Amino acid sequence: MSQTQLSPLYPSRRVRVPYVSLMVLLLGLTVALQPVYAEKLQFDRDIRPILSDKCYACHGPDPAVRQANLRLDTKEGAFSAPSGYPIIVPGEPENSELVLRITHENIDQRMPPQISNRQPTQEQIDTLIQWIAEGAEWEEHWVYSLPKRVEPPVVENAAWARNPIDAFILGRLETEGLTPSAEADKRTLIRRLSFDLTGLLPTPAEVEQFLRDESPDAYETLVNRLLSEHQYGEQMAMYWLDLVRYADTSGYHADENVSIWPYRDYVIKAFNDNMPFDQFTIENLAGDLLPNPTPAQKVAAGYNRLNQTTSEGGAQAKEYLAIYAADRVRTTASVWLGATLGCAQCHDHKFDPYTAKDFYSFAAFFADIKGPGVYGGGSKWEPVVMLPTSAQESALQDIDDELTKLERVFKASSPGLEAQQKEWEDEVLSLLDSTELTDFAWVDDAQANGGRNQGTWTFVGKNEAPVFSKLLSRRQTAEAGKTVQHAFQGANRKFTLAEGDKLFAYVWIDPESPPETVMLQWNDGNWDHRAFWGEDKIDFGGIGNDTPAHKPMGPLPALGEWVRLEVDPADVGLEPGSVLNGMAFAQFGGTAYWDLAGIATTRGSAVKHTHTEQVIAAIQVDPSVRTTSQREQIAAEYRRITPALDGIRNQIADLQKQKGEIEAQIPYSLTTESTLPRTTRVLPRGNWLDDSGEIVEPMIPAFLGDLGIKNRRPTRLELARWVVSKENPLTARAFVNRLWALYFGTGLSGVLDDLGAQGESPVHPELLDWLAVEFMESGWNVKHIVKRIVTSNAYRQSSKPTEVLDEKDAYNRLLARQSRWRLDAEVIRDNALLLSELLVPKIGGPSVRPYQPIGYYSNLNFPKRTYMHDTGENQYRRGLYTHWQRTFLHPSMMAFDAPSRQECTAERATSNTPMQALTLLNDPTYVEAARVFATRIIQEGGESVAARINWAYQWTLSRMPQPKELEIMTNLYEKHQAEYTANLDAANALVATGEAPMTEDVAPDQLAAWTSVARVILNLHETITRY
Amino acid sequence: MAIDIHEETNLHLTRRTFLGKTVRGVGSLALASLLTPSLVNAAPEIERWQGIVTAPHAPPKAKRIIHLCMAGGPSHLETLDYKPQLAELHGQPMPKSFTEGQPIAQLQGQADSLKCLGPTHEFKKYGQSGQEMSTAFPHIGSLADDICIVRSLKTEQINHDPAHTFMNTGTAIAGRPSMGSWLLYGLGSENENLPGYVVLVSSGGGQDQPIATRQWHSGFLPGQFQGVQFHSTGDPVHYVSNPGGVNTEQQRDVVDTVQTLNGMLDETVEDPAISTRISQYEMAFRMQTSVPELSDISKEPQHVLDAYGAKPGDGSYASNCLLARRLAERGVRFIQLYHRGWDHHGGIENAIKTTSGYVDQATAALVNDLKQRGMLDDTLVIWGGEFGRTPMAQGTGRDHHIKGFSMWMAGGGVKGGISYGNTDELGYNSVENIVHVHDFHATMLHLFGINHEKLVYRFQGRDFRLTDVHGHVVRDILA
Repeated sequence: MSQTQLSPLYPSRRVRVPYVSLMVLLLGLTVALQPVYAEKLQFDRDIRPILSDKCYACHGPDPAVRQANLRLDTKEGAFSAPSGYPIIVPGEPENSELVLRITHENIDQRMPPQISNRQPTQEQIDTLIQWIAEGAEWEEHWVYSLPKRVEPPVVENAAWARNPIDAFILGRLETEGLTPSAEADKRTLIRRLSFDLTGLLPTPAEVEQFLRDESPDAYETLVNRLLSEHQYGEQMAMYWLDLVRYADTSGYHADENVSIWPYRDYVIKAFNDNMPFDQFTIENLAGDLLPNPTPAQKVAAGYNRLNQTTSEGGAQAKEYLAIYAADRVRTTASVWLGATLGCAQCHDHKFDPYTAKDFYSFAAFFADIKGPGVYGGGSKWEPVVMLPTSAQESALQDIDDELTKLERVFKASSPGLEAQQKEWEDEVLSLLDSTELTDFAWVDDAQANGGRNQGTWTFVGKNEAPVFSKLLSRRQTAEAGKTVQHAFQGANRKFTLAEGDKLFAYVWIDPESPPETVMLQWNDGNWDHRAFWGEDKIDFGGIGNDTPAHKPMGPLPALGEWVRLEVDPADVGLEPGSVLNGMAFAQFGGTAYWDLAGIATTRGSAVKHTHTEQVIAAIQVDPSVRTTSQREQIAAEYRRITPALDGIRNQIADLQKQKGEIEAQIPYSLTTESTLPRTTRVLPRGNWLDDSGEIVEPMIPAFLGDLGIKNRRPTRLELARWVVSKENPLTARAFVNRLWALYFGTGLSGVLDDLGAQGESPVHPELLDWLAVEFMESGWNVKHIVKRIVTSNAYRQSSKPTEVLDEKDAYNRLLARQSRWRLDAEVIRDNALLLSELLVPKIGGPSVRPYQPIGYYSNLNFPKRTYMHDTGENQYRRGLYTHWQRTFLHPSMMAFDAPSRQECTAERATSNTPMQALTLLNDPTYVEAARVFATRIIQEGGESVAARINWAYQWTLSRMPQPKELEIMTNLYEKHQAEYTANLDAANALVATGEAPMTEDVAPDQLAAWTSVARVILNLHETITRY
Repeated sequence: MAIDIHEETNLHLTRRTFLGKTVRGVGSLALASLLTPSLVNAAPEIERWQGIVTAPHAPPKAKRIIHLCMAGGPSHLETLDYKPQLAELHGQPMPKSFTEGQPIAQLQGQADSLKCLGPTHEFKKYGQSGQEMSTAFPHIGSLADDICIVRSLKTEQINHDPAHTFMNTGTAIAGRPSMGSWLLYGLGSENENLPGYVVLVSSGGGQDQPIATRQWHSGFLPGQFQGVQFHSTGDPVHYVSNPGGVNTEQQRDVVDTVQTLNGMLDETVEDPAISTRISQYEMAFRMQTSVPELSDISKEPQHVLDAYGAKPGDGSYASNCLLARRLAERGVRFIQLYHRGWDHHGGIENAIKTTSGYVDQATAALVNDLKQRGMLDDTLVIWGGEFGRTPMAQGTGRDHHIKGFSMWMAGGGVKGGISYGNTDELGYNSVENIVHVHDFHATMLHLFGINHEKLVYRFQGRDFRLTDVHGHVVRDILA
C-alpha cells in the first residue's frame, strides 16, 4: 500500500468546497474519487493524523489519562521502550512494538482496545507500517516551528507561473501529473473578482469595460479598482465579524440589545484603510492600554466585550465570570492562533501540547477587563466609550455654560434666604419627635426615589385628566382581560415602616371603563405583599387566595371620584421594621388614574424619610459649631426643597433634562477598561465552584516560549504584541490560511479553526509558509496578500471540473481548477437589492431592521419585544448591517447559514435547504426586489419581450440568455401576462409588495408578469453562485 | 454583447449521472411540466436524507419523538415527587447539610435563612400501578399505567438559558447541535414534504420564559438538520405562503421555470449542487401545500378538539399537542413543544394550578390519542423541564434546582407504570439510580437503535457526541 490520501478529512463540513451533495459525502461514496499520490510518506501529512486520531487520547499530551507511561506525541516517547520493547524501530516494522500491537492476533492485546471508537482502517495500519519501513522519519508538528520562506520550486511550464504562488501550485500539480485548468473567461473573472472582493456583482457597463480592455494590465487594474472600493472593507468585515462573534445583543436569556456597532464600523474602516494587521490586532486586544488611546482604539478594544453575557435573575456572578474568561480564551486562541486552546479548559489538551494551566494562564491576561458577571437588565452594559458627534458636543457645551451660570445664582446666599432657611431648620427640629399623623408622599408628580421603573408611567396634567395632588396624575389603561401595571423597585429612597403606619394610594376609576380589579403591591425584597379591590382577576399571588401575597380588600372603589386606598401593613405581610424599596400599581382591564401614594405615618417619620440621615444630624448640631461640610449639606438640602427657589430650580431642571436628552442620543460602544485583575485559578475539571486550583499569572502557552517579563504581571498589551511577533509561529499562518479560503473555498490547511494535531497538514506547506512570511515581511499588509492571491494564475483558472480531476482530486485540494460556491446570506440579499437599485450604499451606523415575519421575537422576554422594520433607506442597506439578534437571527440570514455569532465561526456551513427556496421565493425582501427590478426591466430594457429578457440577463448574470432560455422565459412571461391582464386585482396585489414607491406609468398586469420573470431570475442557482 | 457560457460545454460534453438519476432528465421533465401543467405530478423526486446510521446499533423501538418541554422548570415537588417529610418541616429552616456549598440561583445571599416549603398540593396514587402524582394534574395522573416516571434526574446548569441549552445539546456552550438535529442526522426523516424536526411554542401560567433558536439549532451540523419553528401567527412556517397575487399554479410556473433553467445550467457547468437545489425547490413547493394543510386543525372532529381542549388558531399548548399528533402521523422525526409557563418563583400553589389548566388535559389527550391510533408503541413521549425547583421557599414560590428533579416518558420502548430513581427525603439530591441528562440522552438514542458513543461528528478536530464523553443507557426502564 503506497498510496496516501489527500482527503476530504472532514467531508461533511467541507460541503462548500467540493460542492458535492452532502448525501454523497456522508454516504461515503467518495472513496473512488480519492486522489492518488506517488511519493514518500511524510510524517506531518500522513502519519501524525493517524497517531493523533487513534492513539493520543490515551498516549498523548494529557498525563491524567496517559496509559502504560507511553506517549506517542513526542519523538522521545515514540522511540522509547517503556516495557523493554522498543515502540518504533526505524526500517524494521517487524521489530516495532507499535506494529505488533496494532496488528496483534489476540484481540485483547490489540491496540486500540476493542471498546474504543478509534479503530484504524487497514489502510491506516498499512500506512504506519510503510512509514516505519521507510525509516520512520519524525517531524515536529508543522505549525509549532516558525514559518520559513522556501524558494518556489522550478516548474516545467514556467510561463504559467505568474507569481511564486503559481510556482508552488504548479510544482505540486506537475509532480502529480496534472495540468492546471485554462483561465476562466473574462466574464467569469470579473464576476468572481467582484463577488470575492466586494460581494457585489459587476454592472453590465463594468463588464463591458473589462471585456474591451485588452491591455496587459486590464486584470490588475480591475483588482486595484475593487480593492479601493469601500465595499471591500464591508466584505472583509463580514468574515471578521464571524470570527470575533460580533452581534447586537447580549446572547443569553433576555438577549438584550447592546450597542457595539461602532466596532463593526471600525473593522470596515481598518480593512479599507489597509491598517497593518499587527496594529489591528493590538488595538483589538488592548487598544485601551495604548498610551492616550483614541476613541477608535477604545472602540477596537470592544473586541474583548463581544462575548455572550447574561442579565438573568439568579445568575451567579462568579460562574459567569468563569464562563466569560473561558469564552475569551477559546475565541482569542481561535481567531488569532488557529488553536483549540478551549479544549484545555477541563484537562490538558488531548492532542496538542496545551495544558490546563496554559488555558488559565492565558485567561489571566483578560482578568483585568472591567465588568460584572451579571449585567443589569436595561443598562448600557458599561463600560462604554461615548462617541458624540461634533453637533452634540457643542450643544452640550452650551448647556453646561448656561448651567454654570444658573448654579452660581442658585447657590448664592442672601440674608432673606438665610432667615428662611433658619425657620425651616427649626421646623425640622420641632417635627423630629412629632407623633402627629401625616401622609408621607413616596410617589407624586414624579418617581423620584431612584431604582428601576417598570411598565409605563404615563403622567398626565389637569387639562386632560383628573388630578388629586399637585400638577399631575398617572393614566393607566389595560386591554380587556389583561393585567397592566407600572412600578418601581430598588429605590434609593427606601421607607422603613414604624408601628401604626398605614400604606395608601389615591385612585380615580374611570366610570366609562372601570377596571375589574385594582391592585397595590409593595416590595421589601420580594413582591409577595399585595392588596386588591374588586374581582379576583389578577393572577399575582394566585387567584382565589386570601393571603398576604394576594389580599382581597373588598369591592372596587367608587367610580369617578378620588378614593384613598388604605392598607394595614400586617394584612400584606409587612411589619414595623420592614424596609420598602418598591411599589406597583396594577389593574385588570379598564382605565384608572393613579396619584399620590405613600405611607400614612407620623410627621417625625415623614421628616426623617424626606431628608437624609446626614442632613438631619447636621441640623441637630448647634449652628455655631457646625463644620463647613455640615453647613453646605444643610444649605444644599434647603435649596433642594424651598419653594422660594422654584423658578431657578425649574430652569436648571429643564436644562438638565435637555442635557439628558442629548446625552441619551450620543452613540456609544462597549469598550474595555482595565481594572485590578481578578484572581485567576486553574479550575479543576473546569468547575468554577472549586477553589482548590493553583493561582496563575498571565502567561503564553508554555511550549511556545515566554514573554521574558520578570517581577511583574504581563499585560494584555504584551500578549497582543506577542500574538503578532515574529516569534509566534501561529498568527500569520492562521490568517493567510483563512484569506486563502476566502478566494479558493478552502484553506491550504483545510481546518480553518484548528492548525493543531487534529487539524490538517497543509496540502502546500511551503506555500502556506511563503505566504505567512510574505505577510509578516510586508508589514502585515492584508491587501498585499489578497492582491498576490487574486492576481495568481491559480486563482484565474476555470472552476469547471473534468473527469480526470473528479477522479484524482474530487475535492480540488491540489487546485488544478478554481472552486465554486453559493454566495453568503448577506451577499445574496445585497445583490437582489443591487439589481433593483434599492441598495443604499451608505457605510456604517446603527444596525438596521429589514422586513421580518411578524411575531418572530415573541419568544423573547425581559423585556418583551416587538420588531418594527425600518422604513426608508435603512430598509435597503447591505445585509452586513442587519440587526444581529443572537437568539433569533433574522430568518433569511439563518436560512442561508449566517451564524448566530455566539461562538467564533471560522468557516460557515454551506447548506442547500428548502428554507432557502422559500426565502428567495416568498420573503417580501425578494418579492419587492423582483418587483422593482421588473420596473427597471420594463423601463430600461427596451420594447420587445426578448430585449427585456436579454437586458435582465445581462444585469443579473453578465451574459445573454441562450435561445432556449429566452424561449422558456418568454413562455412564462406570456402566460402570466395573460393571467394578470384577466385578473388585475391579483396583479395589483403582487406589485404592492414592499414599501418602495410604485411607478405610476407602468401597467400593473405588465409589471406583475415581469415580476414573475424577475423572481425566477433572483432564484436561479447561477444568480447565487460564485463560479 | 453576447457571452456564450456554453462554449465550454461543447468542448466537454458529458452526461453525468448523479445518484442514478440524470440531471438532464430532471430539467427536461420540469420543462415539460411548465408547458403542460397536467404533468405537474411528475415533478422531480426529492433526495431525502436517509441518515448516517444505515444499520441500527440495537433494535430500534421508537421511530419518532414528541418532547413536551416544560420551559421554566416545573417543580418536581408539586408534580411527580411527593415528599411528606418536607411537609413536616414546612416553615422550618432547611438543614444546612443539604445546601452548604451548593450552587444557588435567586436565593443567593440568603444561605442563613433558607426555609422548607412543604408540597403545596396533595398527592395520590393513580392507576393499577399506584404511581404517586400530584392531584393538580388529574389527567396526567390518569396516564399512570402508561408512563415511566424518573425521579432522579440531575443537570449541571442552574439558570434557564444554559440549562435549556444543556438539556437540548448536552453542553452549555453554544454552537453544538440539539438532540433533534442529532437524531435527524442519524436517522433522517420519513417525510419528503415536511421538515424532519419541528418546534412549536406556547405560553401561559407564569412569566413567559424566553427561549432561543439555539435550542433547536443544528450547531456545527449542516443547516438542513435544524429544527423548523411552526408559528401560530402569520405564516405557519416562515415564507411558506405565496406572495400576494400569486396563485398556486403561478407559483408552480415560477418554480418549474427555475428548475428547468437550473437543469440547463447544470449541463453547462456540471455542478452537483444544482441537482440538490432542484430537489430542495421541489420540497419547498410541496411544503407550501403540506404545511398549511397540516397546520389547519379545524377539520379535526369536534370530539378530538374537545378531548385536547384545542381551539383552531389559538396557538395554545392544547392546539400544539394536536398538531404534534398530526406531525407524528406524517413521519416527522422530532417534534418539540415548548410551554413557557413554569418559572414559579412566587405563588407556586396557584401557579401550578394555573399552568396545569394549560397543560394537563392536552398532554393526557395526546398520549391517549397516540395510544388509540396504535402509535404510542413507536412514539417516544417525554414530559419535563430544564431543571426542578428548590425544596426551600422563595417567598411563596421555589427557586431553580438542579441536583434532583423529575420527568416522565411514555411509549417508544419505555416501560409503562413504573417509577425509577429517587431523591432524598426532602427532594433535594437525587440519591438512588441517578439519571444525569447525559444518561437521558444516551437512553433516548438507544430507543432509536443508536449507540450514543457511535453517533459522532468531527468538528474542530474532535469527534463530538450528544453525550460528550459521558452517558449510560438506563436499561431498567426499557420495555
